[in-house]
Amino acid sequence: MQRLREKIYRWIFTILAFASLIFLVGIILFLFKESLPLFRYVPVGDFLLGTAWYPTHEEAEFGILPLIVASLWVTLGALVICVPLGVGSALYIHELASARQRAFLKPLIEILASIPSVVYGFFGMVIAAPFLQQLLKLPTGLCAFTASVMLGIMAVPTVTSIAEDALSCVPNSFREASLAVGANRWQTLTQVVLPAAGSGISTAIILGMSRAIGETMTVLMVAGGAAVMPRSFFDPVRPMTSTIAAEMGEAAVGSLHYNALFSIGLILFLITLIFNILAEIISRRFRLKLGLGR
Amino acid sequence: MKQISTFILVTILVMGLVVGVAHAERLVIEGSTTVLPIAQRAAEEFMARNKDADISVRGGGSGVGITSLIAGTCDIANSSRPIKDSELEKAISRGKEPKAHVIAMDGIAVIVNSANPITGLSKQQLKDIYTGKISYWSEVGGPSEKIVVVSRDSASGTFEAFGDLALDKQKVRKDALMEASNQAVASVVAKTPGAIGYVGLAYIGKGVKAIEIDGVMPTKSTVVSKKYRLSRPLFMYTNGKPTGLAKEFIDFILSPEGQKLVDEEGYVSIK
Repeated sequence: MQRLREKIYRWIFTILAFASLIFLVGIILFLFKESLPLFRYVPVGDFLLGTAWYPTHEEAEFGILPLIVASLWVTLGALVICVPLGVGSALYIHELASARQRAFLKPLIEILASIPSVVYGFFGMVIAAPFLQQLLKLPTGLCAFTASVMLGIMAVPTVTSIAEDALSCVPNSFREASLAVGANRWQTLTQVVLPAAGSGISTAIILGMSRAIGETMTVLMVAGGAAVMPRSFFDPVRPMTSTIAAEMGEAAVGSLHYNALFSIGLILFLITLIFNILAEIISRRFRLKLGLGR
Repeated sequence: MKQISTFILVTILVMGLVVGVAHAERLVIEGSTTVLPIAQRAAEEFMARNKDADISVRGGGSGVGITSLIAGTCDIANSSRPIKDSELEKAISRGKEPKAHVIAMDGIAVIVNSANPITGLSKQQLKDIYTGKISYWSEVGGPSEKIVVVSRDSASGTFEAFGDLALDKQKVRKDALMEASNQAVASVVAKTPGAIGYVGLAYIGKGVKAIEIDGVMPTKSTVVSKKYRLSRPLFMYTNGKPTGLAKEFIDFILSPEGQKLVDEEGYVSIK
């Protein structure tokens, strides 16, 4: 009786563990199924490298290069903001802060992660964009720069908490040894702790990047939405995610436009997949380097 | 525990009742977000009078509505543009014959920020601004500011109607900002001094002003008289001649009472 019970539990949890695998495979199959019909009419090269996105025009054009560039562009901008902020916070919290400060700062940063993205978008649209427009005398505040700032802030909690994990994996003996040979705190931090946690921190940054590139609502509201190759950070841009969000609701099921939006989703999925694989590889190396095994 | 199970039982019973009524007479309306407020309001009024009728109204956009009508998943397709030839061919090949009913008129107002001194443009100037030939307000007699062109996302019926009426089907400049709703266009124009945008008549709000096109202001009377060039009919499509509930509903919208609702929602009645 007892053994049977245990067996049943085992099965239940096995099924639960494999459920996410089933979802993953299902989503991938669905993405391919819905996006491949496009390439019967539009060559892959024209799709990836075309610079004109006119999906509903009579002479429809499905070039998504401006959308890919826009996504990478705002993600790059977001990195410039979230890396110093995120890694800096992690270093402070883990290495320098007193226990009381830590108890206060850590939950605070985590609250930042719990703000819904539409609220960030709203804030960006109503407050940040008009402010930047007046401050910098721009034609419009809805541009890549504003989107980058918002995404950067949104990615900070992701980067901070993973970078902090990486720091806590650095054995204390490293720090003690460094201090023992006469290095000061700053030298210990920059020459011992940071290099030791380096690949863990890279993982944090890459996961922050996937967070930024996949974000939809905020960029839809803040990035402006012009499907043009950006020439500066102050141009309005249209990332892949916001294109899908804005147009999917009104694209007729089965039309080329509908297939094209799924193809964008597929490309986006592949990009974040690459990011996540990179993060996984780097973090494995990191664990091996510190002798922690898998 | 007992309370909960009673609650669940009652819920199931009530749901059963609702489903029972729904089986009586059901009408599914889907399509254009521009027509949505009219359809929604009319459905509410209609259901208040006919307790048996169950009408569900969904948005989705003109293209989605017509696709559903062809697929047979809706009874009435709302559309802010006439059906396309390609859609008609598809419908005929599936044995459907979409029939158009014009239920209202709408003007597409061109709006600028209320601080903008410009009060009117010619249709040619408007077209040049939206297709990329004109990029500064100084080229049309305004301040030497850059024009921020705001457009709707390319899947909306308003975008397509604007393309037909104002741009002679030419492509909108690539650097135009894209907004997902009439309301969003209005609020971006209200916050951006150099912006120009277009919205349905009902959406001319605070912080923006409509401008004259070829000397004509968009108002209900200029839309009715067709003096204002950027006006369009709003449609409801049915499969063949409407019968039963669909017929009653469309007759209701076309009745003086229905047209009064059209007027109240900010659109232009056809009678």
